[in-house]
Amino acid sequence: MIEVTGLVKTYGTKRAVDGISFKVNRGEILGFLGPNGAGKSTTMKMLTGFIRPDAGTATVGGIDVTVDPVAVKRQLGYLPESAPAYPEMTVEEFLCFIAEVRGFCNATAQRERVEHVLGLTHLNSVRNQTIETLSKGYKQRVGFAQALIHNPPALILDEPTDGLDPNQKNEVRTLIKNMAAEKAVILSTHILEEVDAICTRVIIIARGRVVADETPAALRARQPGARLDEIFRTLTA
Amino acid sequence: MSQIRPLFKREFLGYFRSPVAYVFLVSFLVISVSLAFSRYGNFFKNGTASLESYFIFFPWLFMFIVPAVGMRLWSEEKRAGTIELLFTLPITTLEAVLGKFLAGWAFLTIAILLSFPMALTVGFLGQPDWGVMAATYLGAILMAGAYLGICALTSALTKNQVISFVLSLAACAVFVFLGLSSFTTTLESILPVSVADMVSNFSFVTHFDAFTKGIIDPKDVIFFLSLMGFTLFLNVVALER
Repeated sequence: MIEVTGLVKTYGTKRAVDGISFKVNRGEILGFLGPNGAGKSTTMKMLTGFIRPDAGTATVGGIDVTVDPVAVKRQLGYLPESAPAYPEMTVEEFLCFIAEVRGFCNATAQRERVEHVLGLTHLNSVRNQTIETLSKGYKQRVGFAQALIHNPPALILDEPTDGLDPNQKNEVRTLIKNMAAEKAVILSTHILEEVDAICTRVIIIARGRVVADETPAALRARQPGARLDEIFRTLTA
Repeated sequence: MSQIRPLFKREFLGYFRSPVAYVFLVSFLVISVSLAFSRYGNFFKNGTASLESYFIFFPWLFMFIVPAVGMRLWSEEKRAGTIELLFTLPITTLEAVLGKFLAGWAFLTIAILLSFPMALTVGFLGQPDWGVMAATYLGAILMAGAYLGICALTSALTKNQVISFVLSLAACAVFVFLGLSSFTTTLESILPVSVADMVSNFSFVTHFDAFTKGIIDPKDVIFFLSLMGFTLFLNVVALER
């Protein structure tokens, strides 16, 4: 579903992403791990067509993102880091806006999609509140709801559980897990337990390069008996 | 192009979802009307049934007031990070630029049209030439669009609204001052008259003046429209860079 080959991005003299390649199929949940500044967000931004790669290709459903960005964006649900949203809009207005841009123009179809994601992400109690008045956990869920509204075949989530309390984290993970059967999901995270909890595969990147691409079990087998964060430290040091 | 509608709607209603719209509309009307009644405008003293003394300040007023509307168009999106959300939705840059620009322009048009009590006052006190008045309103709306094109462009260059405002103000000032007689005389003393003429032809004042006299000259209309087109094109380029 998602295929990335030799992606490169340079900012000034710093090479943020240095030839990253990987593949994600439907039904997979790929955990994207790495220290801060390793190039996780940059890779995701190139994949979603927000920034242009300097070299390499990224395709979603066989379409190259630099060739037909709009067609790729149609297939993607994207939750950017820190879940930006228009603060002066209410949750409902915001989701209706996203639904309309996503092509749900007729009022009943729009209604139905908005109600569906409001229910999925448990936002019904705050639907008429403006987004600026929401707590971080709710904002994060609004971002999540926005990414799911068109039921996309591919989901890209930049730190989806960031800022949530343990219960909410658990809820979001269950949600991702339940949807994953027919979707290709990439999620970036700092939290190593998340990998164990939901990911079917892990990619660890450091300094813009892939240093590991395997199942969580294989990652553990690298240093039997060691904790995940120890393995992470050896790989990214 | 079908995606312009939701973008336009969000942006336009966005003005009214915050106090921005109300503060802007009230101050624009208070300032513009008080200028007309002031001793510089001489609305009553002139003794003519026209809105000339009202509209004469518009090129100057727009210099400050349009950047106030335009500065947030892109700067705000960049600062809040919503630009990442916007440009990962299935829309083209051109659709986004047009949606935002048209929303801002529609808002400015409302501001201009809300001066209708002035027109009614003139109609009550005398027999104004309604044709001239309509032409002036059209000119003002077109000029507002040209100012807004410039402001949208400068807004796309920075995520800081203050910088965006100052840049817009400076750029708009250039387009106003080009047409001032004191400036053109200086210019004519340095450059050949034909060149000086060409330069002053880029001024908003020169092109707006014709409208206030009731002349809708296609070349003035085209001037404002092409300036809008050009700045919006640069706006797309600046965002895709």
